Order: sequence, then C-alpha cells, then structure tokens
Amino acid sequence: MIQFENVGLRYGLGPEILRDLTFHIAPRSFQFLSGPSGAGKSSLLRLLFLTLKPTRGLITLFDHDTASLSADSLAVLRRRIGVVFQDFRLLDHMTTFDNVALPLRVIGRAEDSYYDEVAELLNWVGLGDHMWSLPPVLSGGEKQRAAIARAVIARPQLLLADEPTGNVDPQLAQRLLRLFIELNKSGTSVVIATHDIALMDQYDARRLVLHDGYIHVYD
Amino acid sequence: MGRSSARSGRETRGEVHIVPRDSIAASALAAVVAIMTFLAAVTSGGVAMLIASANDWQAEVSREMTIQVRPTPGRDIEADLAKAQQLARAAPGVADVRAYSREESNRLLEPWLGSGVSFEDLPVPRMIAIRIARGASVDTAALSRSLAQQVASASLDDHRAGISRMRGMAKAAIAAGMGVLLLVLAATVLSVAFATRGAMSSNRGIVEVLHFVGAKEAYIASQFQRHFLGLGLKGGALGGIAAVLSLMLIKRLSDLILGVGEAEATALFARFSLGFTGYIVVAAEVGLIAAVTALTSRQVVIHTLRHIE
Repeated sequence: MIQFENVGLRYGLGPEILRDLTFHIAPRSFQFLSGPSGAGKSSLLRLLFLTLKPTRGLITLFDHDTASLSADSLAVLRRRIGVVFQDFRLLDHMTTFDNVALPLRVIGRAEDSYYDEVAELLNWVGLGDHMWSLPPVLSGGEKQRAAIARAVIARPQLLLADEPTGNVDPQLAQRLLRLFIELNKSGTSVVIATHDIALMDQYDARRLVLHDGYIHVYD
Repeated sequence: MGRSSARSGRETRGEVHIVPRDSIAASALAAVVAIMTFLAAVTSGGVAMLIASANDWQAEVSREMTIQVRPTPGRDIEADLAKAQQLARAAPGVADVRAYSREESNRLLEPWLGSGVSFEDLPVPRMIAIRIARGASVDTAALSRSLAQQVASASLDDHRAGISRMRGMAKAAIAAGMGVLLLVLAATVLSVAFATRGAMSSNRGIVEVLHFVGAKEAYIASQFQRHFLGLGLKGGALGGIAAVLSLMLIKRLSDLILGVGEAEATALFARFSLGFTGYIVVAAEVGLIAAVTALTSRQVVIHTLRHIE
C-alpha cells in the first residue's frame, strides 16, 4: 500500500534528519512509530500524509509515485488517509458534528446524505451527547475522540495518529487504543506515532523505530 | 441525545459556514473597506464634478462672441450698431444677439475710470453680445468679412485667446484631478489588500485543516473568496452609499450658502451633483474593492497551501 525507498529528508540547507528510509506499510496492518523526541516522527508522518516532499528517494502511495502527482491528485489521495493530530486541530467555530463531517463536506456530499453516518460514529466514540457542542467546551479526551472520528469518517485506508494518547490519562489512552484496534480490524491500516512505551506494550504490533534519522523495523 | 433531538439541534443552528462570519478581523476588514471606499468615492465624485464644471466653463465661453462697434467721426454709431446686429442675426448658428445700451457700455468702463467721469465726451465703443446655439458653430471668418465690408467701424472678437487659456486650465485641472484619483485608488487597493491579509492570518488554521481533510485548492480558495467578496461588497456598499449621501449633502449646503441658480455658483459648480457617470464610477469602485478583497484572500490561501507543502 505504501512503499518508501531510500527516502531522505532535510529542511533547507540543514542536516539530513531522515536517511535512507526503506520500508512498507501493508494493507490492514497495525504499527507503532516510535523513537526519542526529535527523532523525526512528525516529519515521517508528514511524508506519509503528503504534506512534505522528500529531498531524495521514492515514495509510492496506493500505487502512485507521489513525486509525479499534481496538487489536486495529492488532495484526492489524501482523502484515503485519515490523520489525528496531537493538537487535535478542530475548528472552534464549528460544532463537533460539523468538525467530524468536514471530510465528507469537502468532497461535495450533502448533509442529508451523511447525517446518519456522522451521528452513528459520534455515538460510537461516545460523543453522542456532544454532537452540537463547540470544541472549546469539550475536555481533552473528548476533543481527541472528535479528532479521531473526523479522521475515520470517510473510511480511510490508512490512519495516521500523532501522539494520540499524549494528552489523556492512562485509562482513556487504553480506550483510544482499543478504538484504533477496532478500526484496524475493520480494514484500516494504522500507524500510531508515540513514545509511550506502556501503550505499545499493551498491544503486540509491528514497530517502526526512528533513531539518528534511520528507521529500524521490528515485525 | 436521540436522533430527532439531534436533528432539531442542527435545525436551530442552521447552515454552518466553514469560514467564520462574525469574527473581529472580518468586522475590522469591513470597516477598512468602507472607509477606503468612502474616500475613493468622494475623491472620484469630486473629480467627476471638476471635470463636468471644467467642460461647462469651456462650453459656456465657447458659446459667446462679441462685436465691438467703435465711434468713428462721420458715421452714425446707432446705425452701425443696428447693421452689425442684423448681420450677426443672419449668421447661421447664432441663437441670440443683444446690443449693450450706451449706459451699459459706460458701466463696463466704470471699474477702470471711476463713477464720477462724464462719458458723454468719451468715444466709448458699443458692444454686441452674440450667443451661439448649443451644439452649433458659427463661421466667424465669414461674419468678420461681412462686418468689415458693411460696417467698417465694427470688429468681431470670438474669444479665441480666452478659450485657449480656459481649455488649458480645464485640462490641467482634469489631469490633476485624475492624478489624485489614481493615487487614492492605488492607496485604497493597497490598504484593502493588506487589511485582507491581516484578516486572513487568523484563518490559517482553517486553511490547513481543509487541506488535511483532502479539500482541493479550488474548493478552499472558493470558500474564502466567497466570504471575502461578501465582506468587500458589504463594506464597499456602506462606504459608497455614505460617499453619495455626503456629496448630496454638500450640494444641498452649497445651494443654501451660495444660493440656487446664482450665476457665480452655477459657473463655479456647474454640475455640483454626481450625475449618472458619477454613480457608475462609485459602483465600479465598490466592485473593484470587493474584487481586490476576494482575490487577495484567494492569493493568501494559495500561498498558505504552497507553504504547507
């Protein structure tokens, strides 16, 4: 599904922060992406999410060489990827429902066609009672679940999560992990970037470890 | 929350805009647009009036000629005057001919000679004012020739030198007005563009989120462009209407102060109203400023997206 071949990344004229990355992400797979702070986890996620271009190497996403795609084609490809940001990135002037429905709205679907889907998903993540609440009144855990719901509403083939348990207590972290496992079982490939060892120990999954710019894969 | 109550929650909220409608930045931008449109519209209104007045001055002066009949020994000046009037009336294009009476001719000299002078002993020339019909032209060469042949003491003055100076003055006034208008328009466009950039900076997060959820560039740009076009039109319309009302008020005040129909006022402010062209210009300025607002927002969106990538 995703193939990295000798990918390298540097910002401007600085040193190369990601070097010779060669790995693949298979359909329906589950993996943790870990490494110390500053190892380049967020940069690798941005490469996976097509918001950064590598300085060298080849990235193949859903059988497309990303280097040769137009901005519009990249946008269409990005719809097959869901992202959960560490800082949630919810729009404060829109309700939880509207935030979660955003990926469907931008592809031109009418609200009547997605209302039930969004309501059902919000109930599934435990936010049924907060459907019309604005993000500023949600707790950290509720915002995190709203962000996850937005990432999965369009049934992406790949889900990327950047430190999804960074701002929540261990109990909620466990619930969120179960949510990701459920999504994976329903067919979505999952990549969770984290340095939470306890979280990784809870689920036996493939690990991609970044260290000194190189990636080590533990299947 | 049950489905029906959830739906009612949506119904009470109505359509949610992706770009927030009532932000402080949006209100501030609408205010900047309104003020700049007001200044541009007042300037263009003023310039339109100046151009109309300058054209009217020219037209008024161009429509007048005078015949001077000099008293000559051995000739009857009243007979010469009558003959000259007759020749002038016969010339094609002449609308009105009026001979100044002896008293009127004397009064014309009073500013130079004073009022205590006896004009009886002075050879004061007599004047005939000729008014040319609107849109018509008079063959001045033919009229001069016939005057020379039949009334030797008469000469025609078509005010050519005066008209030429007036034309030069009017052209200079129009050029200066257009220069000021262009400067004001440039300042308006620049300040509105910068204010739009400022307002857009608070929307960077929205652009990024739309990008991350797979929105195409055209979709994101259109969301902002539509919103900012609306803001520009709202602010521009407010400024434009305020400018038109202000110009109307100035006209009312000028009528009150100078008096309606006063010759001096009419000469100076021949068209102290916007007129159809003026309204078109103000409407065009509102459209231009709204377009600048919308296009700047689009440009910022595209720049932001390029920066993300």
